[in-house]
Amino acid sequence: MLTFLGRRFLIAIPTIILISIFVFGMQKLLPGDPVLAMAGEERDPEVIAFLREKYHLNDPIAVQYFSWISNALRGDLGISLRTNQPVLELIGQKLPVTIQLATMALVIALFIGIPAGVLSAYKKGTWVDWLANIIALSGLSIPNFWLGIMLILLVSVNLGWLPASGYRPLTEDFWLSIKTMLMPAFVLGTGLAATLMRHTRSAMLGVLRSDYVRTARAKGMSEATVLVNHALRNAMVPIVTVTTLLFGELLAGAVLTEQIFTIPGFGKLVVDAVFNRDYAVVQGIVLCTGVAFIFMNILADAAYRVLNPRMRDK
Amino acid sequence: MTATAELPVQQDAVAAKPQSRFRKKLTSSRSAFFGGILVLFFVVVALLAPILPIADPIATDWLAVRKPPTSAHPFGTDEIGRDMLSRMIWGARASLLAGVISVAIAVLLGVPFGVLAGYCRGWTDTVISRFTEALLAAPFLILAIALAAFMGPSLRNVMIAIGLSAMPLFIRIARGQTMAVMTEDYIESARAIGIGHGAMVWRYILPNIFPPILIQATLTIATAIIAEASLSFLGLGQQPPAPSWGSMLNTAKNFLEQAPWMALYPGASIFLVVLGFNLLGDGLRDALDPREI
Repeated sequence: MLTFLGRRFLIAIPTIILISIFVFGMQKLLPGDPVLAMAGEERDPEVIAFLREKYHLNDPIAVQYFSWISNALRGDLGISLRTNQPVLELIGQKLPVTIQLATMALVIALFIGIPAGVLSAYKKGTWVDWLANIIALSGLSIPNFWLGIMLILLVSVNLGWLPASGYRPLTEDFWLSIKTMLMPAFVLGTGLAATLMRHTRSAMLGVLRSDYVRTARAKGMSEATVLVNHALRNAMVPIVTVTTLLFGELLAGAVLTEQIFTIPGFGKLVVDAVFNRDYAVVQGIVLCTGVAFIFMNILADAAYRVLNPRMRDK
Repeated sequence: MTATAELPVQQDAVAAKPQSRFRKKLTSSRSAFFGGILVLFFVVVALLAPILPIADPIATDWLAVRKPPTSAHPFGTDEIGRDMLSRMIWGARASLLAGVISVAIAVLLGVPFGVLAGYCRGWTDTVISRFTEALLAAPFLILAIALAAFMGPSLRNVMIAIGLSAMPLFIRIARGQTMAVMTEDYIESARAIGIGHGAMVWRYILPNIFPPILIQATLTIATAIIAEASLSFLGLGQQPPAPSWGSMLNTAKNFLEQAPWMALYPGASIFLVVLGFNLLGDGLRDALDPREI
């Protein structure tokens, strides 16, 4: 396993270098001269020259890239233009909020998606299967920001059951924090539940046709035991892999969900940075999510090998 | 003897089978049927927008601000008295255009790179694959948001941003499919008779990798429509006063208590058109995929 992980990390290095080149290149897409924007209305030539020197903009592009990447490797992703805080510190502050939202959404998705997928596969071809598929497809088709708006209208405005927006840290008030995050987590979790349901159904259909399930049934085991202990346990291999890979969807979904429910997390940080033209923050976020996504992919591969002994032997 | 005489006929039957089976499966697929109807409806409405007897989508009426649905305004009016039905119909044009154009960008850029990687293999494949992996590493929407932010807010830039973000998906599919096709006997035969690289790609590879790309394109149009609506919702897409479902929802969220219809119709439209493309994509996949799951 260590050799496998070492090899995967080595393969990831060129990919990470390429991501850093994209992220750096994004800045070059900017229309106009960023120094002119920074220099203010007076555009004093001395100030412009000072800024060019300070940000190494007179250097060749390759030198600029190496200076930027060497800083990034030391954890210096630049300073936010708006808050004057280091970008990494800013990301570190917002990340726990999004992790709470993403974890709750994942729990909701697992609780809906896996049982629905198992039931749909078990009742293949019946109205239960048809209904589960329609609901899953609807879950995939519904824009989560619209679902959020509609839920605010129904649950908060009309019924008054849950708060429409805001955030309370878990450490301050545990139950209020959960209550505030419940609706956003449900909104974020529905799309994932649909994806999980479809993968679970597909994995279960494959497993339910296998010989060992037929043998288990022939031995007179109850259907519940066959389904849970024999079928689902083996179908879990692809499901765990897919769940790990849902990280990207969770982060992307969090951008809109946090915007609707005014949650001060990672997603809201991206949007605020975009509108404040805080490009160092945008670059930092894309770089961090890209690198994190690569590590999640490695984790998914590792989980696949741990769960599937046949892969381990190879 | 009889068996030998029948062999060509059997081969013809086998050769004709996949296409007729595809047609039969597609026409009998309920999901493809309903998906097709939904997509067709929105396409027709969007195309007919200029000639339909509807109000000007950007004309304001300060005497009809946030009016609920009536016979004069079947979908109500918005916060500055514009007709919601008209804005919905014109918004369909923006959404469908964004969905189709961004996927066209992704296919036109992604497929050649994918075919090149799968056909040439070696270092070409290594470079293209690493490039694809790097692009796939950033979550689709975050990449699209970042690109749209750097290029500036407009529908055109959003289409480019979504197209570039979706491109690696098509590189990967085209590469994988090309590699699979390259192992087929007819490629070996084509090589043996001295067919050039261009003709090989054009006549043998592209037609055979087309079905999975078509399925993915249909499903990606659905994702692209949601992405366009999301970016417009965030204010990065279609700029006011031009209508777009996403930007209509962005405004509507400020008037939820006073005018809930402002949020209901644009969201429902996005849902229905995306559902249509997803159903159609699923139907196409079932019809083209020989594995039955």
